Amino acid sequence: MKKYQLDLPVADNRMISGNATLLTLTHAEPLPDMAAGQFAELLVPSAKVLLRRPVSIHSINRQNNTVEFLIQIVGGGTKALAELEKGDTVNVVLPLGNGFSYRTVHVAKPLLIGGGVGVAPLLFLGQELAGNGIRPTFLFGGRSESFLLRLDEFRKYGDVFRTTEDGSAGEKGFVTNHSLLLDSDSFDRIYACGPTPMLKAVAKWAKEHETACEVSLEHKMACGIGACLCCVEDTADQGNVCVCKDGPVFPIERLKWQI
Amino acid sequence: MANLKTKIGSLELKNPVMTASGTFGYGSEYADFMDISRLGAIIVKGTTLKRREGNPYPRMAETPSGMLNAVGLQNKGVDYFVDHIYPDIKDIGTNIIVNVSGSSIEDYVQTASVINTLDCIPAIELNISCPNVKQGGMAFGVKAESAASVISAVRKAYDKTLIVKLSPNVTDITEIARAAEDSGADSVSLINTMLGMAIDAERRRPVLSTVTGGMSGPAVKPVALRMVWQVAKAVKIPVIGLGGICCATDAVEFLLAGASAIQIGTANFIDPSVSEKVIDGIEEYLDRHGFKDVSEIIGALEI
Repeated sequence: MKKYQLDLPVADNRMISGNATLLTLTHAEPLPDMAAGQFAELLVPSAKVLLRRPVSIHSINRQNNTVEFLIQIVGGGTKALAELEKGDTVNVVLPLGNGFSYRTVHVAKPLLIGGGVGVAPLLFLGQELAGNGIRPTFLFGGRSESFLLRLDEFRKYGDVFRTTEDGSAGEKGFVTNHSLLLDSDSFDRIYACGPTPMLKAVAKWAKEHETACEVSLEHKMACGIGACLCCVEDTADQGNVCVCKDGPVFPIERLKWQI
Repeated sequence: MANLKTKIGSLELKNPVMTASGTFGYGSEYADFMDISRLGAIIVKGTTLKRREGNPYPRMAETPSGMLNAVGLQNKGVDYFVDHIYPDIKDIGTNIIVNVSGSSIEDYVQTASVINTLDCIPAIELNISCPNVKQGGMAFGVKAESAASVISAVRKAYDKTLIVKLSPNVTDITEIARAAEDSGADSVSLINTMLGMAIDAERRRPVLSTVTGGMSGPAVKPVALRMVWQVAKAVKIPVIGLGGICCATDAVEFLLAGASAIQIGTANFIDPSVSEKVIDGIEEYLDRHGFKDVSEIIGALEI
């Protein structure tokens, strides 16, 4: 898929929780083709930050020609992105990475599992699946209710189930404890994104229940296009590969996780 | 329109802008963002005799105006390069230079000998300055005697343009540069990354899997500029300057300090089309100052 470096105007930018912002960018021309699970590298509008920040594509609205990014504020770079205002312009490199397999693999009953801000690429995936006539099931986990983001948006495309560690919303516990997973035949493929311990737990469940599973990894990266070899993950078939280029989405059987 | 052509030994460059090894892949990674054939040269990823997996993740830490990397020369080996990469890039429309590294003198010689047989590779950059490998790499480049022995050995096996990439992690870089010149190098490029370190205070652990790594980016530019200026005065062979170059003005500064060409490294990660902008910016600078040829500003620093 062709990659672009674009200056995109900010259409909207608003905090949607204590530490996450929803950044909406627009474009004068039709936005390029992008697949769910791909990401963008955003140039940070701060002299104190050198490298771009990789951010998942959260959703695309082809009618309004906008692209959304759900950004968790973790440091100076993401803080500066959260301070962007309507009328500002962001230099963006996109679309990067491989994306989830839904464009090439037949899937009928997908389960989309997200943890924390890891739900970000799953809204775009839900939109894409819905566009193919498939109604996905979403299962989201967080520390407490306030960590579960954008539920009403997700409900437009599928049923949403929740877990929280403190029991403040949905079932108490982790996503892999949810009663939804008691019947392993309910789903033919899992797409997951979130913290690594959650992804490993999901991968373990999928492996034990022989369910196809893809996870989206988040590694520190510099270039985003497979040039610097900083963001590697060890794979069973090809050794170290770049998460930015060969990922960020990996079928779990490629990973050398001890699960 | 000023003339941008420059020469490194017998190697002709359409302009003095190259991309640094390990920051530009094999060129094709950047083809969506710019016309890579416009570059003076592309220096491809460090290549070793045998496949190397590189160091474990994490390999990168951002620092103020810079970054540390500890990639550790991950590459699929010279035979893979010859069979699978060279055929795709040999007609890319500009000079392809291979950065050659190794763990022993014999490794360097064998790899350089293989590259010597490739018609469309007019030069190698001998990497005796990688700080991220346990054996070889920088160990060869921090002492004049060991630098001389590896360069002399490669010189016998390689008959095209031989560039030697120097480490800044030395007491006197001019001493190593003179040893390279005396051992038959056609050019020296400097600087490779500076040995650095990052610590995660909350976890009380190093950020990089290798504890230390190589620092690059705008933060190292003043050091690189100083070393290029010193080396350009110390040797007669052409000097290629790199270290934190992010824009045409940075590039011009290196040319003024005595570099015959420059390389862009870390800046490629921030702006994937930066090298094209640097080419245009150098030309604009020359025109604005009434210079007809880029050679007029090489070493033209007035003190």
